Amino acid sequence: MKERWQILVIDDEEVMRESLAAWLREDGYTVDTAASGLDGVSHARQKEYAIYFIDLKMPGGMDGIETMMEIRRLQPDASVIIITAYATVDTAITAMKEGAQEYIVKPCNPEEISMLVERIIKIKNLQRENQLLRKRLTGQYEFRDIVTKNPKMLAMLELVRDVASMRSTVLIRGESGTGKELVARAVHFSGDRAEKAFVAVSCASLAETLLESELFGYEKGAFTGANAQTKGKFEIAAGGTIFLDEIGDISPKLQADLLRVLQEKRFYRLGGTNEVQVDVRVIAATNKDLAEEVREGRFRDDLYYRLNVIEIQIPPLRARREDIPMLARHLLERLASECGKELSGINEDALKVLLAYDWPGNVRELENAIERAVVTCRGRQLTADDFSFLSQTMEARANFSVPPITLQELEKLAVQAALERSSGNVKEAAQSLGIDRSTMYEKIKRYEIPR
Amino acid sequence: MITVVRFGRFEARIQSEVADFLARSLDCEIECGGLLPEPEGALDERRGQWMSVEFLKALLAAAPRRGRILGLTGCDLYIPMLSFLFGQAQLDGAAAVVSVARLRQEFYGLPGDEGILITRLRKEALHELGHTLGLVHCPDRSCAMSLSTNLPQVDIKRDEYCENCLQAARARLAALNGESK
Repeated sequence: MKERWQILVIDDEEVMRESLAAWLREDGYTVDTAASGLDGVSHARQKEYAIYFIDLKMPGGMDGIETMMEIRRLQPDASVIIITAYATVDTAITAMKEGAQEYIVKPCNPEEISMLVERIIKIKNLQRENQLLRKRLTGQYEFRDIVTKNPKMLAMLELVRDVASMRSTVLIRGESGTGKELVARAVHFSGDRAEKAFVAVSCASLAETLLESELFGYEKGAFTGANAQTKGKFEIAAGGTIFLDEIGDISPKLQADLLRVLQEKRFYRLGGTNEVQVDVRVIAATNKDLAEEVREGRFRDDLYYRLNVIEIQIPPLRARREDIPMLARHLLERLASECGKELSGINEDALKVLLAYDWPGNVRELENAIERAVVTCRGRQLTADDFSFLSQTMEARANFSVPPITLQELEKLAVQAALERSSGNVKEAAQSLGIDRSTMYEKIKRYEIPR
Repeated sequence: MITVVRFGRFEARIQSEVADFLARSLDCEIECGGLLPEPEGALDERRGQWMSVEFLKALLAAAPRRGRILGLTGCDLYIPMLSFLFGQAQLDGAAAVVSVARLRQEFYGLPGDEGILITRLRKEALHELGHTLGLVHCPDRSCAMSLSTNLPQVDIKRDEYCENCLQAARARLAALNGESK
């Protein structure tokens, strides 16, 4: 995406800078101009440019080399191309020594300059892609990875920042697909435990005994197949953070075990007699109303109070519609690069479709919709046509008549239908329902749906 | 809505041929306009070349309201930063200019060939006009909107837009048509 990369042309001669800028704009880049070194530096203070074209000889206090040095101090990653009419070896050497990426003599062959810009942008694209992939691989998400300008979200992020370095237990609440794990990672990676492990466990996806051994580990011989002593997630997360997703779904026995770990910071491995002591911060998440679960007697109140020291509530996407355009562009950038497609953006009509939709599956559903549009689109821009499947979904919802059954029965039917459509593929079925895999497993387990 | 004019001694016959071609390609009305003098002060005698910006200024003064104007010239064009230009346009603006100086076989010491010249001119005329309709360079090397900085790159592309560029150009033309009504 060329628009992402901005170029600044700094030259005191108007015709020179404006004609070069116009020529570069024809290539699809966003180009600004500055009439002096000082003006150029003040541009660089306000915005990050990928490439700076700087004329070597400029009157008015700051010549090209001084301007370049100041800009490189402000933006060490920026590429600088020095332009001069007087090619002398001395100035070329000085410019390169001070960090200019290239040195061109005007008038320059159009082919040379176009290849030069293309080469620099190609490297910048690779660096950017590498950064995105690395982040995805390590999952080291931070605040700036949460895209929002919604006041409630901003207040939530403020809270995340405040609690990041505390040891207190955090309970994250939000509908499916709102990004509870992303927030948990932001809490971990912005705090003083960032260097230590972040371990995520989906409590709904495992049977009770499996979850127990998963969390606390086991001794050799604790059960058939326990061939060696194995550390559980709590031990692996030592010094760091454990993220317990779908905490509302754990059994009474595990609730009691967990309460003990939270209170005493000690536990036994399965089949073990020696206590293991750990320092782990617990972040739990749920899409259930835990207070209600406590009232109904399904969740221990003492554990609830232990977990709910700091509560972070993530609003659903429909309550933060103003974030949709920004989120859509952010997701498009990532997904287009992952799919190896060169796309220039999303057009206005497509954004209108996205803004009008209700997003019951929240940001995850938006992500899935954009991925689907990226894969199937044929143009260089996503258009309303690429999102036509959303109106079909909406229509299907509008035409759907609900039979006289309970909400639970209805949910069971939806889960069964999704599984049938995906021929038993849980990931695909979860995606089509706009929920994550762990929520899907929980529902399969709860409704005892055979697979 | 789109006017094609010529500068100085540019052949009227080739001008009308290009105008007909553009009318067919873009499926719109093209007016084959008159003759403009080469802009005063545009010639750099030392370089023996003409500053393209001055041509754009002259074209802007003659441009139809809300329309587009394309000038054809035999003068070798330049901007200070670059050694030459096949043409220049205002991105999503009113004016564009194409020079045939370096599209002619004679420039490279070869015998003249009007057929080759007209094929190249069609491509560059579509290209520069495309910029005035808001199109930027196309990564498809066979599309008329792909960037040509040398003659082989001109010769390799087709004298038509790829499907995407054609759609975008038609949409912009339709919008302009609506505005002018």
